[in-house]
Amino acid sequence: MTSEKKIYLSAKGITKTFGFGRQKTVAVDNVDLDLYEGEVVSIVGESGSGKTTLSKVLLGLINQTSGDVYFQGVKRDISTQAKKQEYWKNIQAIFQDPFSSYNIFNKIDSVLLDCINMRGGRYLPREKKIEMMTEACSFVNLKFEELTNKYPFELSGGQMQRLMIARIFLLKPKILLADEPTSMIDACSRATILDELMHLRKETGMTVIFITHDIGLAYYVSDSVYIMEKGRFVESGSADGVILTPHHPYTRRLINDVPKIYEEWDLSTV
Amino acid sequence: MKHTIQQVFRSGKFVLGFSIFSAILLIVIFYPMFVKDSPLAILGQGTFFPPGIYVNVYDSMSSTAYTLNLPDAAAKRVANKLSEEDRLSIKEWLVAAGIPESEIDTTDTAKLLGQWSANFDPKKSIPGMTNARRNYFIRLNTSLKGLLSTEGATISQTNPETNELEQVDTVNQKDYVNVGEVANTRILLLGTDNFGRDILTELVAATRVSLQIGFVAGLIATLIGLTLGLLAGYIGGLIDDIIMFVTNLFTVIPTFVLLILISFSIGQEQRGAFTIAVVIGLTSWVWTARAVRSQVISLRNRDHVNLSKLSGHSIVHIILNDILPYIASYVIMALILQISSGILAEAGLSILGLGPRTTEVPTLGLMMNWAMIYQAHILGNWWAYLPVLVTIALITFSMNLMNTGLDQVFNPALRD
Repeated sequence: MTSEKKIYLSAKGITKTFGFGRQKTVAVDNVDLDLYEGEVVSIVGESGSGKTTLSKVLLGLINQTSGDVYFQGVKRDISTQAKKQEYWKNIQAIFQDPFSSYNIFNKIDSVLLDCINMRGGRYLPREKKIEMMTEACSFVNLKFEELTNKYPFELSGGQMQRLMIARIFLLKPKILLADEPTSMIDACSRATILDELMHLRKETGMTVIFITHDIGLAYYVSDSVYIMEKGRFVESGSADGVILTPHHPYTRRLINDVPKIYEEWDLSTV
Repeated sequence: MKHTIQQVFRSGKFVLGFSIFSAILLIVIFYPMFVKDSPLAILGQGTFFPPGIYVNVYDSMSSTAYTLNLPDAAAKRVANKLSEEDRLSIKEWLVAAGIPESEIDTTDTAKLLGQWSANFDPKKSIPGMTNARRNYFIRLNTSLKGLLSTEGATISQTNPETNELEQVDTVNQKDYVNVGEVANTRILLLGTDNFGRDILTELVAATRVSLQIGFVAGLIATLIGLTLGLLAGYIGGLIDDIIMFVTNLFTVIPTFVLLILISFSIGQEQRGAFTIAVVIGLTSWVWTARAVRSQVISLRNRDHVNLSKLSGHSIVHIILNDILPYIASYVIMALILQISSGILAEAGLSILGLGPRTTEVPTLGLMMNWAMIYQAHILGNWWAYLPVLVTIALITFSMNLMNTGLDQVFNPALRD
């Protein structure tokens, strides 16, 4: 991490709790995070470790209980709808489950048109809009002519997730928050989607927060890694450093849990 | 959308309910085009004329007479005048008058009537007989006069110049008129009610008004419930707390008692059909609000809503486009239930005398109320209340059927 690189997004002491009294659960517990420009950061942890909650706080979809989020060095202000919309021009997300990510009553065109409108293209001529949508679709190897007037649920899960990437292609946000984008996809489509995602990242130079439970995937895509257990970061650093020489037992367990073809599973750690 | 509609019409329950309901609707729409009477026009002088075909006596006298030789005509005439009950009563009198029981045969009409005319004396007092019973025998005696005669009847008219009766015509026992040739006949399929109004016409008009009340009440209740449920569920926080406080208040207060109190305090003069509909609507939105709220809460954290937020849509846009379509089927089912319960609530209120004021329009509840006040159920005048009951039952039954049918379509787990 060289010092010339700008800190894009940073979180200071983020805590998010749900419920009161006995039912109180701490989903995210006093988390600090610095995100440098152009970096790919992975947040790795098992289910229920608070990854998704943290991502929603970073996106501004839910409010944190305490702590602050700084965007480009300034404390984030999303108190009004207009400020939120301004913030969401800079940070976008891909969600885990493509099947529930789309409004089943809206056609695919309207999903993509929303993105063009958001980038200020509302009054462009129709031909220009179609050209932009076709370009976005061909970027993820989809044919816009085949998708137009279709509903999202008519596509396969992999196609839906690629459409999500096309959406990001149109929006060109500064930060992309990918919340387990491949966990509901079969293994063959997974590599394609990851490649398209990395291709997009290379083209636009955007910063990516990659949330996953698969530490192998994190190693494959990311520059630095945060390991999250029960709402806390237990280990962080460069991807090579954390994964090749893990210090925390939880990290070691995660690495051990990655299925390997050539050797038997060590079930003693489970 | 087209697919959903096809699915809906594949459900047998929905189709049955829909056909019953549209049959009722069609009758309500087309009946007034053929029968132009005002539904509240008073036709009959008297109460509760039984259902049947009414033929004008005066017109039938002046119609062409056709002679028909029907063998059982006399027997039928006697049977109509002298029922089985009357025969037993005659026997009772004769026994009391001292004739041995073995000599009386109630099946032999000629002999029985001969014994009756020989022995009956209206002045004779029989011990233990009430005045009412004596009057009954006097009436019976009058009606039996000339029962077995084969002579016709003479029609006479007063001559306005001489003021004397003059024979105009004679009517023989074998004379018949063709109903089609009589100038004035009227079919009262369901008879008349306590005011002498044609029940069928009144029932059709009442069904229309009751359906209107149900629709207005259902729409108001659903609109209020939907709006409050959406606001409480989506926005949450303090607004949710306030709305749920009010909703819980309304849940705890028994709605029907509230309805009675409001109707009572409005006063008879102010209570039109529309007012009643609004009052019913304003008291029955609670369950819709609660149900919509819980549905919205489960929807508002879904990814497609988050995506819509990230696409920069406003709250109004999200509620209308990302929440409402997902609960639309549920709201339609709630609306159908609200309409049918609105019709029932109106009937309930009107039976208690708290329905719309009586001078303008009939409603199903008001017809029940009138039938009850004039004791149709005690007098055995079934045509005054039974058709109304059947109509109410059919409307609510068809709507509930449609509702379960829709439920099966929208909730695949319930399909059989």
